[in-house]
Amino acid sequence: MTGFFVLAIYVGIFIASFFIVTKVIHHATVKDFTSLKTVTFGDESAVRPNRAAGIISILTLFLIWGMFTGSSLLPGFLHAPAPFLGTAEFTYTVEANGERDDATVTVVVYPREVETDAPEVAPGDGFAKNDSAAIAQWRTGLIRVDGNDDIKKSDGAEVVAINGQPITRGGTVQIDSGSVTLSDKGTPNFAPSRGWQMEPLYLPPPEQVWTRTVQVIDEGFRNFTLWQHLGYSLFRVVAGFFFGALVGIPLGYAMGLSNWFRGWFDPIVEFMRPVPPLALIPLVIIWFGIGETGKIILLFLAALWIMAIAARSGVSGVNISKVHAAYSLGASKWQIMRYVIVPNSLPEIFTGARVAMGVCWGTVVAAELVAAEQGAGMMIMVASRFQNTDIVILGIILIGVIGFGIDMLMRWAERFLVPWKGKA
Amino acid sequence: MSGLSLQDISMRFDLPNGSSVQALENVSLDLKPGELMSVLGPSGCGKTTLLNIVAGFLAQTSGKLVLNEHEISGPDAERGMVFQKGALFEWMSVRENVGFGPSMKGMPKGEKAKIVDHLLDVVGLQDFKEKAIYELSGGMQQRVALARCLANEPDVILMDEPLGALDALTREKMQSLVLKLWKETGKTIILITHSVEEALLLGERLIVMAPRPGRIHKEYRLPFAELGVGADLREVKKHPDFGPKRDEILAMIWDMEEEIMGRTEESA
Repeated sequence: MTGFFVLAIYVGIFIASFFIVTKVIHHATVKDFTSLKTVTFGDESAVRPNRAAGIISILTLFLIWGMFTGSSLLPGFLHAPAPFLGTAEFTYTVEANGERDDATVTVVVYPREVETDAPEVAPGDGFAKNDSAAIAQWRTGLIRVDGNDDIKKSDGAEVVAINGQPITRGGTVQIDSGSVTLSDKGTPNFAPSRGWQMEPLYLPPPEQVWTRTVQVIDEGFRNFTLWQHLGYSLFRVVAGFFFGALVGIPLGYAMGLSNWFRGWFDPIVEFMRPVPPLALIPLVIIWFGIGETGKIILLFLAALWIMAIAARSGVSGVNISKVHAAYSLGASKWQIMRYVIVPNSLPEIFTGARVAMGVCWGTVVAAELVAAEQGAGMMIMVASRFQNTDIVILGIILIGVIGFGIDMLMRWAERFLVPWKGKA
Repeated sequence: MSGLSLQDISMRFDLPNGSSVQALENVSLDLKPGELMSVLGPSGCGKTTLLNIVAGFLAQTSGKLVLNEHEISGPDAERGMVFQKGALFEWMSVRENVGFGPSMKGMPKGEKAKIVDHLLDVVGLQDFKEKAIYELSGGMQQRVALARCLANEPDVILMDEPLGALDALTREKMQSLVLKLWKETGKTIILITHSVEEALLLGERLIVMAPRPGRIHKEYRLPFAELGVGADLREVKKHPDFGPKRDEILAMIWDMEEEIMGRTEESA
C-alpha cells in the first residue's frame, strides 16, 4: 500500500518536473548543432542527459527518503503520516454474570529512546476498573484489563465491546489512535497506528545516516577506522588486480601468439571464465583461511581470466596489414611485439581492466561479507547483525562511490594513455 | 642479373574438404630496376596472392623468386609495401610512423630526422609532422604510408590498391604523387589496382591477369606513365591511344567477369 503511494509520488514528481523544466524554464537553450536537429527520436547521438533531470532525480530520492522516515531535514507538512505518539484512550465493556460495566484504558505511546512508565489512573467505579499501559512507538501491547477488575477473566468476565463497538475473541475494532484486537484468550491488544513511515530500524532518516557517518569517521568501527576498512578493501582489489594483470596479460599474449600456448590454456581459460569468482570463496577460505592471502588469491583469480582474454583478443584484433607493414619495414619479432602488438592491444586491455576492476570490487565486498576482520563488506555485514541499518546504508553508499570512482579513474587513464581508442 | 624475377610461380591452397584451389599457375615475370608495373584483373585472379608472395608473406607452392640475385623467402626491408588502409600505427605520430623503418634499423636520431623531414616535404605533410594518424584525412594517411615506405629505402615497392579507398579528386592528386615519387626515386614498383584508368596511367608495364587458375593473360607496354610525370593527368587521358586501350582492357575484364558469373550460376 505504502509502496504504491511512494511509486505514485515518484512518478508524479517525474512527470511534473518534466513539464516544468522542458516547457516553462527550458526556453533559453543554446543553438548548437545538436539542438538544431529536427529528428531526435531514434537518433541516439542527439540524446543528451538533461542536467536538471539529473539533479531533480537525486533530490527526489532524498525527498522520498526523508518523507517516509520523518526526516528532520524536511518541514513537517511534507512528512508521510507519522506513527501515533502520545496518549491514547479507549473504553472497554466487560460482561460478567449477566451484568455489564465500562472502564477506560489510558495508553502512553512513547518514543523508543525515552522509556516511560504507565501513568497512574484513578480506578473509577463499577466492577471494571480503569487501566493504564505504556507502549514503545512501533510496538503493540497486550493490556490485561482484568488485572485490577473485581471479576477476573477466570471468573467468567469477558470483554464484549471497545468504545461501544461490539467485539469477540479474534476480532478487531478501529479507534482513533490505532486498533484494538481481542486475543484468542480474550485480552485486548492495542496496536497504535503505524502511519506510513518506515521504522528507523529498517530505514533510518538521512540525517541519522549522516550523524552515524561522522561518528564512524571519528570513532571507527570494530577496532578499525573507516579509512582502514575502505583501505583494506581497496588494497585487496589493487593487489589482486595487479597480480591478475601481471600473469594474465603475458598469458593472453602467449595465447594470441603461439599455437601451443593457445591449445594448452584455451580449455582452462574457457572453463574458468564463466565460473563466478563468488563460487570460489568457500574453496579459497578452506585453503587459505580468511586472511589477506585468501582474499588476494580470490581477486587474482577474478582478474586473471578477464585480463588473459582481453590480452588475447587484443592480439587477435591487430589488423594483419599493420603486422605485415612492420615486417616489410624490417622489424624483428621482438620489435613487432614491442611496437605493434603491445600498443595495438592496449585499448582492449584497458577495456578488460575496467571490467576486471569492477568484478574485483564486487568480489572483495562479497568475500568480506562472508568472512573478514576488516573491510567495507565486513562492516556492513557486522552492522546488519547488530541491526545498525544506518551503517549498512552508509557502507552501501561508500561502496557505490568507490566503485564509481575506480571506473572514472580507469576511464581517465584510458583517455590519457590510449587516445587513439575507437579512432582507427 | 639484377631486378626482380618471378619464375614459374604457382600457388595451390588445399581446402579442408579435400579439394584444392589453384590461385596462381606458372606466373613468370621479369622486372628491371626502376620499372613501374600495374596489375589488373577481375576479383579472384590472384593479384593480391601474387603480391603477398613477392612481399614474402606467403610461400609459393612451386617456382622461384629472385631479387638482385638472391632468392626471396620471407618479408624483408628490401621490399616495402603500401596497403590500402589500416596499416599505419595509430599510437605513433606522423613523424614516428615515417621514421619507423629507420628506427628499427637503429639509425641515429639526427640522420633519421633528416630523412623524415625530407620525405614529409616530398609528400607535402611538413605541417602535420606531430599530428596523430587519426587526425588526418584518408588522402593524407596514404601520403604518410608512401613516405613511411620510402624512408626505408626499399629496392621494390609493392602497392596493394593504395588509392582504392580515396575519393576521385584525392585519388587523381595521389596518382600524380606516385608518378613523381617513381621518377625521383627510381624504385621498382608493382601496383595492384581495380581501376583500369589508374592502371593505364601508372603502368609503364601493365599486366592483365585471368582467374581460375590465376595467370597472366596479357601484357602491355604503355607510354602514359612517362608522359604523366610532372604533367596534368587529365591531359594524358586525352592522348589518342588512351581511350581505345582503356576500352580494350575493360572489354577483356568484362568478358572474364561474365565467364566467372556464368560458371558460378552453372554450379549453383
